[in-house]
Amino acid sequence: MAIHPPADRLWWKEPLATSEVIWIAVAFLWGLVMFFTMIYWHFAGEQNLSSEAYKISPEKFAERTEAMAAKYKVREEGDTGVPVVRPPAGTDIYMFGRLWEWWPVLELEKDKTYRLHLSSLDWQHGFSLQPTNINLQIHPGYEMVVTLKPNKTGEFSVVCNEFCGVGHHTMVGRIYVVDAK
Amino acid sequence: MAIFRTCPDTGLKIHSQAEALIKANAVVGIVFLAIGGLFGIAVALTRWPAVHLLDPEWFYLVLTAHGVGVLLFWIIFFEMAILYFASAILLNSRLAVPKIAWGAFALMLAGAILTNIAIFQGDSSVMFTSYVPMKASPNFYLGLILFAVGALIGCFVFFATLVIAKNDKTYEGSVPLVTFGAITAAIIAVFTIASGAIILIPTWLWSLGFISYIDPLMYKIIWWGMGHSSQQINVSAQVAVWYAIAAMVLGAKPLSEKVSRSAFLLYILFLQLASAHHLLVEPGLSSEWKIFNTSYAMYLAVLGSMIHGFSVPGAIEAAQRRRGFTRGVFEWLRKAPWGNPAFSSLFISLVLFGFLGGITGVIMGTEQINLIMHNTLYVPGHFHGTVVAGTTLAFMGITYLVVPLIFRREIWMPRLARWQPYLFGLGAGGISLFMMGAGTLGVPRRHWDITFSDAPLSVDVPGTAFLMMGLNGVFAILAGLGGLAFIINIVGSVLIGKRRDKTVARTNPVVFDGGAAVAGYGAEGTMKVPGTVVLVATFFTAFVLYYYVNWKFLSEVWPLS
Ligand code: HEM
Ligand SMILES: [Cu+2]
Ligand SMILES: [Cu+2]
Repeated sequence: MAIHPPADRLWWKEPLATSEVIWIAVAFLWGLVMFFTMIYWHFAGEQNLSSEAYKISPEKFAERTEAMAAKYKVREEGDTGVPVVRPPAGTDIYMFGRLWEWWPVLELEKDKTYRLHLSSLDWQHGFSLQPTNINLQIHPGYEMVVTLKPNKTGEFSVVCNEFCGVGHHTMVGRIYVVDAK
Repeated sequence: MAIFRTCPDTGLKIHSQAEALIKANAVVGIVFLAIGGLFGIAVALTRWPAVHLLDPEWFYLVLTAHGVGVLLFWIIFFEMAILYFASAILLNSRLAVPKIAWGAFALMLAGAILTNIAIFQGDSSVMFTSYVPMKASPNFYLGLILFAVGALIGCFVFFATLVIAKNDKTYEGSVPLVTFGAITAAIIAVFTIASGAIILIPTWLWSLGFISYIDPLMYKIIWWGMGHSSQQINVSAQVAVWYAIAAMVLGAKPLSEKVSRSAFLLYILFLQLASAHHLLVEPGLSSEWKIFNTSYAMYLAVLGSMIHGFSVPGAIEAAQRRRGFTRGVFEWLRKAPWGNPAFSSLFISLVLFGFLGGITGVIMGTEQINLIMHNTLYVPGHFHGTVVAGTTLAFMGITYLVVPLIFRREIWMPRLARWQPYLFGLGAGGISLFMMGAGTLGVPRRHWDITFSDAPLSVDVPGTAFLMMGLNGVFAILAGLGGLAFIINIVGSVLIGKRRDKTVARTNPVVFDGGAAVAGYGAEGTMKVPGTVVLVATFFTAFVLYYYVNWKFLSEVWPLS
């Protein structure tokens, strides 16, 4: 029994059951398939996270974000009067997380690409874009750059899904996707 | 002088100090399970929008206490008991240094209490991951450090006991498979605790003000070196427990010693790198690093679990067939001892761990698929399939054997024990499933209010997500009742259960004595196990289908690069 020492002292010489050997081979091959599927997706798939990132101070990131917001602000919104910003298609756009908001609201055009820069000004936050369901981890001190192409129009919410203190559940932002003019 | 008694059930020589330490560690573990489980229910009821039990401060505090209390304190105290059982008891030996083992126990207990005090003082609601720069009070970290040091010492007592047993020749040949599994767990534990020390000690100093900055990304990489590999301790311990229950209840032996031992070895060799799968959507880490590490050098550790997933039911089937249940493909399974809570716990744990915890873990750990799951409720859904429906249920199962063997008491309410694993399995399976369902719809984890009523902007959450959270609450209650049935029965047995003497041991054996039919040891290599082949083929089909379903989901989100 498995709670006693093996009676056959040369247990490593015992023959294997065929079905077990087949299963090990199948499981191993499946591992290889999953391994190559990830690589395949880098060539054939459209959803791959870039590894482009920079170290940056929160002050500097806030400055850049505010500069973009001042330049392209189109209106204000919500209880807090957060600016809605419509930067030109194809450009670098910025959003930061801080306790407890995603700032600013962005308005993007469908099927256009944008380089979205994300960072946090204080703690870690979770950038969770809903309902499309894209989830990124945002760190203070690191600027993450992802190239995005919204493929549907509508109103998208940015929820915070990394616990960031007692106001965590009030931390939301928004991205509008509209048809190109 | 070491004092021994002879076990009337197994004939093993039992060292009184080892026995006392097993009792102490198991009891404290179960107390933490009781408290932590209660917190889990409170959390689930808060996340049920129609109930919304706690206010936000309490919710985040209780959630922190839940994660720390069950994942660390319950599981690890119980694992200490398993280590002492698998060394001193199974090897017929004395425990190496009981005084030091008691010291380790005291240190762990002191640490656990200190961390809980820090949490309940209210300034350490940082979750068990305590990601910097969020700061807890220094005692939160100090408690964890003390606890880890205690556990480390316990591991060394375990190793020392192995050495003594070997020198005193208390057993012949190689150690039993269950002990081998425990050795795997203990080796991984040493690595784990080293990572923990590297990150928690500086973090403690930082919380005291002696260090000014800790890089948040670096913190996570090292923290998960502890956090992930500690899950590997759980898996190793849980698989060892599966083999132990199958052996004790049915006289089962592995189909092949070589295969089962190699599978444990794969855990040691390949799982350490897997902390990467917690970091798939962090800034700046390269795809090559993620792919290499998440595929655990091509999924070799997953391979280990998949091998056990065949070997454990295969061992059960082979044992049952030898007892004469040979008709058809599944007579062995139909006529299995489903009324024995140790066996039913083992089997339910095996199935739920594989289907709910295992498949989803591999899928979530796929580089790109993680984008649609990271930090959603899918994550807790997955690990309630592993550590709750899997590990916790397996540990409950073996407790039903430890009580008669080590505490030498009969189970107080056998009828309650019969259905307890089913109730707990149903509840735990349900919370796992419904949290994953909600996660697929994008519902965030660790979140007080998915109506977002206090948020400055509105968020549209689909109605089905609310339904999922409601169902999660209902199944949390079932799991809670199942947990309560376990705790009451075990506490009752230990305190007022009928004493188990030689006569009771003879009339009501808990360890299988099937005579020559299954007791002889040796490879089951010639045994056909068609039922296991069917079970494993079903598992594999589910795995492949669900894997590609998730790629389909991924392909529908906004293109990004
Ligand atoms: C009655 C039993 C249990 C119930 C109803 C339950 C329920 C829950 C719920 C609803 C969450 C919160 C998810 C969230 O909001 O993010 C949670 C988190 C968690 N649970 Fe459980 N749970 C139970 C038992 C356990 C056990 C036995 C373990 C470990 C062995 C465990 C480990 C955890 C961990 C580690 C977390 C994550 C905490 C965090 O995010 O920091 N749970 N549980
Ligand atoms: Cu946040
Ligand atoms: Cu947050």
